[in-house]
Amino acid sequence: MSITITLIIQGFALFLVAWLVMKLGWPSIIGAIEERQKRIADGLAAADRGQKDLDDAKAQALEIVREARTKAAQIVEQANRRGNEVVEEARGTAVAEGERLIAVARDEIATQTSRARGELRNEVAHLALAGASQLLQREIDPKAHAQLLEELATRIAATR
Amino acid sequence: MRTMAAEGPENMTGYISHHLVHLSTGEGFRALHLDSIFFKLVLALFFIVLFIGVARRATSGVPGKLQCAIEMLVEWVDGLVKETFHGRSQLIAPLALTVFCLTFLMNFMDMLPVDLLPAAAHHVGIEHLRVVPTADLSTTFGMAICVFLLIQYYGIKHKGLGGFLTEFVTVPFHADGIVAKILLAPANLLLRLIEEGVRPVSLSLRLFGNMYAGELIFILIACMTLGASLGSGLTYVMGPLQLIAGFVWTGFHVLIITLQAFIFMMLTVVYLSMAAEHH
Repeated sequence: MSITITLIIQGFALFLVAWLVMKLGWPSIIGAIEERQKRIADGLAAADRGQKDLDDAKAQALEIVREARTKAAQIVEQANRRGNEVVEEARGTAVAEGERLIAVARDEIATQTSRARGELRNEVAHLALAGASQLLQREIDPKAHAQLLEELATRIAATR
Repeated sequence: MRTMAAEGPENMTGYISHHLVHLSTGEGFRALHLDSIFFKLVLALFFIVLFIGVARRATSGVPGKLQCAIEMLVEWVDGLVKETFHGRSQLIAPLALTVFCLTFLMNFMDMLPVDLLPAAAHHVGIEHLRVVPTADLSTTFGMAICVFLLIQYYGIKHKGLGGFLTEFVTVPFHADGIVAKILLAPANLLLRLIEEGVRPVSLSLRLFGNMYAGELIFILIACMTLGASLGSGLTYVMGPLQLIAGFVWTGFHVLIITLQAFIFMMLTVVYLSMAAEHH
């Protein structure tokens, strides 16, 4: 037995079947395989992406919490400062008001004192005049003795 | 090239019978079909190298096309086994996969041009060569015997030796009384022995018959241009006819070899499943 026409035709028949399989069967098999590969690749990529997203979200959350903490600390500090300021301001206002009131009271006291002193001086002058007129049993001419009276009143005021 | 004068019934008979002789050594019981053994070993080696190679390089990432193809095959077989075999076993699915792939590969040798390897062998001085191991009853019966032994092993493993032996005389005819049980025991035993004996025979003969017939038809188709020469007008009539017949039968045979490999695998799983299940 050697290479014959028979063998060559057998070879062609196999080739034909192989060609048919290549045309009809192979694409669906390779298609299924490729689709499967794609699904696996997509799945793995999606998993990676999900993991990355999760990591990002975690980092972001940490960042936000840190920021919020910093901001809260700032706000507390600000509030404390403002509170101190308000207290200082109030203290300053109160002291000024107190001083003002004291000054007003002093003025009042001075005014009242000088007025009382004037009234007293007049009254003493009248009393002295009345006493003298009774002692002399006669009218003193206020006009004629005005200088004397004035001098007397001044002395009384000075002896107070 | 043979001459037209040499063509005739004797020549055709000679061609056919020449194709059906094994390359063997030894006589009678000690005969070894070297060709079947050789091709089976080569194909088994191919299978092992392919699958273990792919398994070694298997990635959990995006698999290559070959890995994908083998994964699909493995998943398919695994699914079939899970549907059929309800017990738990580490062996069944790999066994089924091996049975299917190896049977398919051996069957696939039928696809090669029927004269190709024998002609090549002729040049290195080997006179007879049959390339389809499953068209050899020794191969198919050997596989069926392995399955048979596994069936018995699974029966004992899942039911215990006592349960396994009791089943021989209590199934399929169930009885309530002791007397009835004893009366039915011989019938049960006989049926069981027949059943067990028939399984390997039917399993091996089915595969062998299909492959042998397929091979024979390829040989008969080849006879159309037997001894033809380019000088003869008949060659130009029979040549295309042989091509068409060979094409049609090769295409049809692709289905047969796959189907037979599938049947052999399924029956193996079903038998093992039956052996493992309690009646």
